[in-house]
Amino acid sequence: MIDREQVLHVARLARLRLDEAEVETIAGELSGILEHVDRIRGLDLEGVEPTSHVVHLENVLRADQPWQSMPPAVALANAPEPFDGAFRVPSPQADAD
Amino acid sequence: MAELTDLTVAEAAAKIAAGEISAEEYGAAWRAAAAADELNAYLWTAEHAESLEPDWNGDGESAPAGEGEATPYGSNAPAPAESGPLAGVPIAIKDIFTTQGIPTTAGSRILEGYRPPYTATAVRKLTAAGAHVLGKTNMDEFAMGSSNENSGYGPVLNPWDRGRVPGGSSGGSAAAVAGGLAPAALGTDTGGSIRQPASLCGIVGLKPTYGAISRFGMIAFASSLDQCGPFTRDVTDAALLLGVMQGMDQLDSTSVGIEGGIELPTREDLAGLRFGVPRELGEATLDAGVRAVFEATVARIEELGGQIVEITLPHAEHGISAYYVLAPAEASSNLARFDGVRYGLREAGDADLVEMYETTRSVGFGPEVKRRIMLGTYALSSGYYDAYYGQAQKVRTRIAQDFDAAFADVDFVITPTSPSVAFELGAKTDDPLAMYMNDFFTVPMSLAGIPAIALPAGLAAPEDGGDGAPRLPVGFQIAAPAFAEQKLLEAAHALEGALGFEAAAGDAIPWKGGARHA
Repeated sequence: MIDREQVLHVARLARLRLDEAEVETIAGELSGILEHVDRIRGLDLEGVEPTSHVVHLENVLRADQPWQSMPPAVALANAPEPFDGAFRVPSPQADAD
Repeated sequence: MAELTDLTVAEAAAKIAAGEISAEEYGAAWRAAAAADELNAYLWTAEHAESLEPDWNGDGESAPAGEGEATPYGSNAPAPAESGPLAGVPIAIKDIFTTQGIPTTAGSRILEGYRPPYTATAVRKLTAAGAHVLGKTNMDEFAMGSSNENSGYGPVLNPWDRGRVPGGSSGGSAAAVAGGLAPAALGTDTGGSIRQPASLCGIVGLKPTYGAISRFGMIAFASSLDQCGPFTRDVTDAALLLGVMQGMDQLDSTSVGIEGGIELPTREDLAGLRFGVPRELGEATLDAGVRAVFEATVARIEELGGQIVEITLPHAEHGISAYYVLAPAEASSNLARFDGVRYGLREAGDADLVEMYETTRSVGFGPEVKRRIMLGTYALSSGYYDAYYGQAQKVRTRIAQDFDAAFADVDFVITPTSPSVAFELGAKTDDPLAMYMNDFFTVPMSLAGIPAIALPAGLAAPEDGGDGAPRLPVGFQIAAPAFAEQKLLEAAHALEGALGFEAAAGDAIPWKGGARHA
C-alpha cells in the first residue's frame, strides 16, 4: 500500500535518512499498520466534532509580569557547539536539493 | 524486625515522622537496593551522585545551584525538603522527567549525556514534600513501546520472570517497584504506559485525569494524551503520591488540578456503587487465564456490595486505530526539536544544515521512534490529513461520548488491564501491530482523558509458557469520570482489601524475594 517513493517522500519531510533496508522494512510495516487503521476511514462520522484536546480550557493567561529567563550560560550548557553566546549550526547554503 | 524495605511509603513516612525509624537508614537501605539492580531498571541511581557534580557541562563546572530561584522554573535543584508528607522517602523517577543536573535521556541515544537545566514540576512537588530522587528509570525510547524493548539502553527484565518483559513504556519504574528496588516510582501514561507495565509486574499503577498533574518538564511524546502518575505497591501509596503531585501549575497551561485535593482512601465496601462491564468484552481477544481472573474479580465486587451492570462502548474497538494516528502525529511534531542544535547528539556537524539534521536524527533515534515519526508525518501530510488525522479526532470524540453515556448509568467502567500476562522477551518485536494491541484496553481511557487505575488481581499461567511455568500477575482496570480520582481510589482500596493479592501470591512476589532467576 505504501510504496518506496512514498516512504522516501515522508522521510524527507521528517528529516530522517533511511538506508535501503530500512526503506523496505518501513514500507511493509507502515502498510500493515495502515491496513488496520483504515478501518476507521469507513466509519460514518459526518458532522462529528473532532477532539484535539480533552480539557476544555480557553485563554489561559498568566499575569503580565516580567520573569527572569534562563541564564544564557545555562541554556547553552548542553549545546553540541555553543559559540559566542549562541548555538552554532552548519551553513544552510547547500540546502538547495 | 521486618526489613525497612518491606514498609509501604505511607507506613515508612509515618514511622520516620514519629521517629520510630531513621530517615538515613531507610534511605540507605533503598539506595543499596537500587544499586543492586539486576533488571536494568535504572539508568542512573543516587549512588552515582558524587561522581556527577563536577562535570555538569563537560567543562568541570557544577550545576548552577540556585540560579533558577527567581525564574518561573522555581527552585530548581531537586534537593529534598526537611519535612513534609514524604520526608525521607526515596522515589524512582522515569527518565522522561527532567531533573536538574541529573542525566535525563528519555531512553534515547539522542539525549545521551543531557543534563537538564530545570526540574519537572511533578518531581519538584515530590521533593518539596520531602522525597528524594532515588534514581532515573529505564523506559521505551520517548515512551514509545509496550515492552521496554525499545530503550536505547537495553531492555528491562520482568522481576517475576527474567525471560519476560515488564511491559512499557514505563517498564523500568514498574520493575523497580515490583522487584524491590524502589518503594514507589513515577511513570507516564500516553496510551497505557503506566497501567500495562503495572499489570505485567503485579503492582498498582494510576493514570490520573489529563490535567490533574502538570506536564512541565515531562519530555513530550503526545501532548494531548501524556499524563504522569505513580507506581506503588498499594492503593494508599498511589493516593499519597497523587495528592502531593496534583495541582494547577502556571508552567503548564493545560494543568487543572483536582478540586479539594486527595485524601488517603479508607473505604472497605462497594455498597451502592455501580460497575459497568463493556458488552464488547465478550468478543475481545484475551488470554483465558486473564479472563478467569477478571471474572473472579467481578464476583468479588458483588460480594462487597457493588452492582455489575452491562454497558456498551461501541467505538472502543477503534481506539487502537485512532490512537496510532493521533499519538504518532503529535510525536512527529514534538520530536522535531531533536535536531542536533540545542542539546543532545550532533552528527555530521561539518556537513550542511539539512544533512546534519538528517544524520543526527537517523543515528540518534531507534527503529520504533523512526516508525512512529514516519507514521505521524504520513498521517499529517498533504492529501491524507482529513482521511487519517481528522477521522481519528472524530473517533476520539465518539469514544469520549461512549464513556459519557456509560457514566450516566454507572460509577465505574471495569476491564482487564492487558490482554495477556507478561510475554517473553523478543516475542513481539518483529510485529509492531501485535505489540500495539497490548494497549487495547488502556487506550480508550487515554483518548477520553479519564482516570484509570490498574490493580493486581490474581495470577495466571502464561499461554506461551511450558508445563510448570510460574504463574504471573494479572491486572484489573477501573476507570472513572474525569477528576473523580477520590471516588476511584476509595473503590480500588475496598477491592484491594478483598482481593488480598499480596497474601495470595505469597512468596512468589519478587519484592519479597521471589524473583525467578532465569
